[in-house]
Amino acid sequence: METHPLTISEIQECIRREARLRASGAGSKSALRPEGGVYVIDMRRLEGIIEYQPEEFTIIAWAGSRMDAVQRCLAEHGQYLPFDPVLVERGSTLGGTVASGLSGPGRYRYGGLRDFLLGVKFLDGQGNLISSGGKVVKNAAGFDMAKLMVGSLGEYGVLVELAFKVFPRPTAHATLLAAYGDLQSALTAMNRLASAPLELFALDLEVNETNHTLLARLGGSAELLPARMERLRARLRDDDPTLRECRVVEWSEEQEIWREAGEFLWVGEGYSLVKIPLTPQRVMSLDQRLGERGAKCRYSVGGNLAWVAWPGPASELDAILGELGLSGLVVLGAPGQPLIGRQTGAAFASRVKRALDPMGKF
Amino acid sequence: MTAEPFLEALQQIYPPNRLLNEAAQLVPYESDALTALHARPQAVVIPESQQEVIETVRLCHRYQVPFVARGSGTSLSGGSTPVPDGIVIALNRLNHVLRLDPEQRLAVVEPGVINLEVSRQAAPYGLYYAPDPSSQPICTIGGNIAFNAGGAHCLKYGVTSNHVLGLKAVLADGEVVELGGESLESVAGDLIGLFVGSEGLFGIVLEATLRLLPKPETYRTILAAYSSLQRAGDAVAQIVASGLLPGAIEIMDNLAIQAAQAAVAAGYPLDAEGLLIVELDGEAASVEADYQQLMEIMNASGAYQIVEAKNEAERMRIWKGRKSAFSAVGRLSPDYLVQDGVVPRGRLGEALAEIQRMSSQYNLRVANVFHAGDGNLHPLILYDGREAGAYERAERLAGEILRLCVRFGGSITGEHGIGLEKRQYLPVMFNEADLDALQAIRRQMDPLEIANRGKMFPLLGQP
Repeated sequence: METHPLTISEIQECIRREARLRASGAGSKSALRPEGGVYVIDMRRLEGIIEYQPEEFTIIAWAGSRMDAVQRCLAEHGQYLPFDPVLVERGSTLGGTVASGLSGPGRYRYGGLRDFLLGVKFLDGQGNLISSGGKVVKNAAGFDMAKLMVGSLGEYGVLVELAFKVFPRPTAHATLLAAYGDLQSALTAMNRLASAPLELFALDLEVNETNHTLLARLGGSAELLPARMERLRARLRDDDPTLRECRVVEWSEEQEIWREAGEFLWVGEGYSLVKIPLTPQRVMSLDQRLGERGAKCRYSVGGNLAWVAWPGPASELDAILGELGLSGLVVLGAPGQPLIGRQTGAAFASRVKRALDPMGKF
Repeated sequence: MTAEPFLEALQQIYPPNRLLNEAAQLVPYESDALTALHARPQAVVIPESQQEVIETVRLCHRYQVPFVARGSGTSLSGGSTPVPDGIVIALNRLNHVLRLDPEQRLAVVEPGVINLEVSRQAAPYGLYYAPDPSSQPICTIGGNIAFNAGGAHCLKYGVTSNHVLGLKAVLADGEVVELGGESLESVAGDLIGLFVGSEGLFGIVLEATLRLLPKPETYRTILAAYSSLQRAGDAVAQIVASGLLPGAIEIMDNLAIQAAQAAVAAGYPLDAEGLLIVELDGEAASVEADYQQLMEIMNASGAYQIVEAKNEAERMRIWKGRKSAFSAVGRLSPDYLVQDGVVPRGRLGEALAEIQRMSSQYNLRVANVFHAGDGNLHPLILYDGREAGAYERAERLAGEILRLCVRFGGSITGEHGIGLEKRQYLPVMFNEADLDALQAIRRQMDPLEIANRGKMFPLLGQP
């Protein structure tokens, strides 16, 4: 069963009537689509920008709004969401982006989705419309239920309205590509860049059969970029003989590299895509364990995040992550059990669940 | 009455020098930085280990005794005001930096660690802890987390919540939980986000994993003097709208300037009605380019004097003046209330003019010193508590300012929290359903409502 509500009251009726429901957007994250037997609230008609004042650097929109439409609107005023929303070209919605809690490579510079979400309105398990946070950039009134919603997979309620902080978009970008022969050398270089007072916009590590390529992105005014890039390069140059190639890309070639990263075009057919929060020191051990099982990995946010293309069933990865003490979220792949590995805070989360959805409808 | 067996149980945990219940010993704990409100707890305990904190909370739960966790007591909203009949758990001796990991740029600390101490220990590695409340030389991380503390540099770097990666806490019913971890990223609902800013109503933080940032390569700090406060406010709107992203944008009005100057000789122009502090930070080349753009805006903004900090010592002096402004205002008046409302940044000038109007209407002086870049106002309402009815009048004016902030689309608190002080105004911002949801969460964490009882939620039956 499925409904396509146009109003909040229609959703409220569904919540009060049905026993098991789940909100859905474009379904761009296949592993997070609702399973069978659940009443689906397709949010995509609840869309549009509610309030946008460019000079305030805040935007409020309905949860069913397409992310690409919001991004276009912001771009017209030279603004953007600095956490680099992912899977935008697959039609991702604002609500789905928040509920899945996914941030892209730009998260490195100013913070993730959680750091840019100012307020939410959502419907709880009894159909009450709840508001938390607001539209100003700083707000300490009440518990921050907006942040709670980030990554919550719809467990606590149906998101209807979202307020974001936005930033001025840099007028130009450039990316340094540094290819290394082995992972350890690439990681050493990555940590060196991460500890330096350089304002990197993104710091990713791409791994393929032949190379381990570090991608360090800078943003700002076009005139300054060459000199800033030179400084960045200087930090790597005296490095070691494993640095095979080092070059700077700009303009459309550069944009394309990051677009492909955000759309996960490198994840081939038949693979699941899994998000794994990480720390830089654990990249090596994870890479070894997963590499021997035929997985493809890309490390993002200076080694704080692994995107893993996994060839086998998610249950196998679940066991490996459990052993390593890591958690994961299956983003693309078969729906079912998207949260895998070791989860912290389960007892705390179930208390929150009892408060907001006591009948376990979501 | 449970007092006797409860106290006996506490004596099993604490030696006499760490269990205070003599009147004279309790006095220092009767209020926090909101000195107008005070209450005497039945006892103060001073744990020296996480285990002692856990055992104390479990005892409180068993005997249904309210407890208030306290660090340095710098809350401006009465967040650590004791509950009569309850106890205070003073966390100052849980002050160890348990781990500092420069490579992963994180620090694991206990709740009693002083904010500035984290940056001090991180400094040899070129790192620092970004949230910088004005009280940072004395306030503790535990309090920062409970009230989601902000500071001057939150404009660019965000508030406490943006810098906490992991937490270990004891909930009010004694269960110990671990949330988050060491990564900047996470999966599943953001529980850290919910916990930070919960004003001590869920329980007590035992350990926090904090994110450290590389120190910016360079700073440029300028002071601009204006002949009216509104003009300074308008300049802020222009800077924000230009797309520049300074590390901090602060405003002080004439009263605050006078006070700060008298207290620390900050080098401020004494005749200014509005003083703007703008600081750019980052990579040298970018800061230089931003500086040119900023100066164009400033030169056209009607400032009658613009000066720049020539070296680090001058820069520190400017910030010392700004950060000591609250306590300096104490020289102007025996008592004051600090408000913490937020307005959209485009309406700053308007809000300031309205506050000035209210100030004359109530015949109470109001000093303004605030985080202009965030739209976070800090009107300091000066009054003399010895004068009959003065406190009540100051409170009414404070209430009007809070309503103004909500009417303008803002918030009643940006970083000080609701605490005891603003609990009656929570319903101005949130409706019944919102408040019910907050209460439902709170009761799941603390069914007996013993953790920081009386804070955040309005008392029933009061206006």
